[in-house]
Amino acid sequence: MSAVVDTHGHDHHDPHGGYGGILRWITTTNHKDIGTLYLWFSFIMFMVGGVMALVIRAELFSPGLQVVNPDFFNQMTTMHGLIMVFGAIMPAFVGFANWQIPMMIGAPDMAFARLNNWSFWLLPFAASLLVLSFFTPGGAPGVGWTLYAPLTVQMGVGMDLTIFAVHLLGMSSILGSINIITTILNLRAPGMTLMRMPLFCWTWLITAYLLVAAMPVLAGAVTMTLTDRHFGTSFFNAAGGGDPVLYQHVFWFFGHPEVYIIALPAFGVVSQVIPAFSRKPLFGYASMVYATSAIAILSFIVWAHHMYTVGMPVTGQLFFMYATTLIAVPTGVKVFNWVATMWKGSLTFETPMLFACGFLFLFTLGGFTGLVLSLVPIDIQLHDTYYVVAHFHYVMVAGALFSAFAGIYFWLPKWTGKMYDETLGKWHFWLTMIFFNMTFFVQHFLGLAGMPRRIPDYPLQFETWNKISSIGAFGFGLSQLLLLYVVLKCIRSGAPAPQKPWEGADSLEWTHLPTPVPYHTFETPPVLK
Amino acid sequence: MRGPKLFSALAGVVGLAASGLALGLEWNFVPAASKLAADIHWLHEAVMLLVTIIFVGVFGFMFYACYAHRKSKGHPASQFHENTTVEIIWTVIPAIILVAIAWPVTKVVIAQKDTTSPDITVKVTGYQWKWGYDYLKGEGEGISFVSTLSTPREQIEGKAPKGEHYLLEVDHELVVPLGKKVRVLTTAADVVHSWWVPAFGAKQDAIPGFIRDIWFKADRTGTFRSQCVELCGKEHGFMPIVVRVVTAEDYSKWVGEQKKTAAAAAERK
Repeated sequence: MSAVVDTHGHDHHDPHGGYGGILRWITTTNHKDIGTLYLWFSFIMFMVGGVMALVIRAELFSPGLQVVNPDFFNQMTTMHGLIMVFGAIMPAFVGFANWQIPMMIGAPDMAFARLNNWSFWLLPFAASLLVLSFFTPGGAPGVGWTLYAPLTVQMGVGMDLTIFAVHLLGMSSILGSINIITTILNLRAPGMTLMRMPLFCWTWLITAYLLVAAMPVLAGAVTMTLTDRHFGTSFFNAAGGGDPVLYQHVFWFFGHPEVYIIALPAFGVVSQVIPAFSRKPLFGYASMVYATSAIAILSFIVWAHHMYTVGMPVTGQLFFMYATTLIAVPTGVKVFNWVATMWKGSLTFETPMLFACGFLFLFTLGGFTGLVLSLVPIDIQLHDTYYVVAHFHYVMVAGALFSAFAGIYFWLPKWTGKMYDETLGKWHFWLTMIFFNMTFFVQHFLGLAGMPRRIPDYPLQFETWNKISSIGAFGFGLSQLLLLYVVLKCIRSGAPAPQKPWEGADSLEWTHLPTPVPYHTFETPPVLK
Repeated sequence: MRGPKLFSALAGVVGLAASGLALGLEWNFVPAASKLAADIHWLHEAVMLLVTIIFVGVFGFMFYACYAHRKSKGHPASQFHENTTVEIIWTVIPAIILVAIAWPVTKVVIAQKDTTSPDITVKVTGYQWKWGYDYLKGEGEGISFVSTLSTPREQIEGKAPKGEHYLLEVDHELVVPLGKKVRVLTTAADVVHSWWVPAFGAKQDAIPGFIRDIWFKADRTGTFRSQCVELCGKEHGFMPIVVRVVTAEDYSKWVGEQKKTAAAAAERK
């Protein structure tokens, strides 16, 4: 097994006589270093966005205005959304891609090593612009993460900083995606055919295409906003011949694929974790690949289901409704495949598997509320209420975030060479699971009962559910500090991990590489049977 | 050991929902006051029933596997990893279910979009942060007023106890007659707003520079309350929508009063 391991004897911490200290991280072109940077960056952003969520939940603990004013509340909802989507979740999965894809396909590194460095280092600047917008006159934009025109035109200079931040984030994503596509298509080890790749690589390949197609559309939307604000254009201003709804169409043409940009890598992680702890191959590998592709293609023709209430013609509503419900078919196939993978396996429930099961259960719940929302008449009642907030947090948090947690616990031993504390990991899972549901399950009721989203104050009948939700949110937020503790403890004092700590894991990083992985791997490609 | 724990988490969630029921909290749609809303709520219940059955079925398998197919119980891992028949079945059956759902839903969509031959037409204009109502056609034609939040600032800032209809009360309610088809034209003066009355199943964005329409026909009298549902700036949470449905006679009386007030106001000028 270890015959193909890199045996060139490079010192673990001396990458070709490169810089040490902070300069090592600034100048690094190593996929593992860059993966680590992405993951820590996204964790910091997760904390920043999380604090914003807690400000929101603190204000909503009771009716009336107590903690913040409505203007600042809107800034919080906007920045919470932008930071979580673009700063936390997306970079986290790019971090996974950086660490895992070369190791999983038997490549020495990413295809464009310097570009990889730049893709990451754009992010801190983008994040700084977002945070800086709070300190401009008028503060950060209070328009929601969707940045709907023409409200955006009323905002202060903070809006412009946000637009530039979105440009940078988009550039980073596109460059990262080009790198991932090139790596997967060109750097696979001999014998690693596309249909033999671990599913994580497949879902990322498809995601990368989605990013390349969708991010420029977002850049277009915010650039039109910029010129409407400053250069006298009227893309979204009816008085000048434009249309505010055009913004929504363009935004959601990006926005819906974005949902799958976040979800597909999560599917990939779970598709590695579930077979490993079921000690059984993934059920329906080929149909998983086809289902993922089908979801990706459908994601481009369903965008207007976010806009059923803008007043589309009936044929438009029906088209987007039918197309949207179709997504349930490939998504259902994936869920059935995961359950069938567990069926008649030999299951154990270490922390990664717990998070994967939590993902499966709660993501499917979010999928079902998605089906409810896809139906036009029901959506008309639920659009822009807390039901939608509950729905997308089930998909984004219980979906993407849970699977990211599963991935962190799964690969942490490989990355650090040390085992994490299993008991604490399980505590992290159960606290996260309970507080997540406490926070978001009740929001379904709020939405059904008619509470609009993005309001800083609410009528009295919504008080009890909001209190429960707020308590849950603080519990959820605090539980995440436990993750930080578990990771730090693992790095400092974890027990040494074996090459393959998980009995059922079978991809190259477990079978062909020692633990901890050397700084450079696969300088000669592995031999695949 | 994990299976039962997952179950208890599930039980906790169900228990929470049940306790909500017991406490009489608002946890479902407000009662319908139009046939359209009743149809929507029926659709919602039917779809929820369907997805609950599927959910329980699918996760019945998962939890059973979590319980019975554990290594600690000595369950050996099978190595099967595909079964074309099963995979075709679970692709085709959901597709058939979707087609079955699509039929009744489509009928409601078409009904919802049919704004033809109204008895009364009202234009609703969204402003930052209030609603303007103009009766354009039908009985009451020419009546026009602006509707703003009437909850005192002290209540919002916690300096006075909050009233029963906190944030859901306005100075001028939209008044409409019972059993008449009301067509609502929406537009806005500044940014996008959204006008919604859940009891009627009527929600429509108000888009600056454009006119969109919806309709409702109330089937019982009463006062129906809601709020703007599209983020429209800092006072977005403070522009309620209140519709009072009255009998045809009361409506005529109200129209008479409005005209008198308008005439008096015109004379004073």
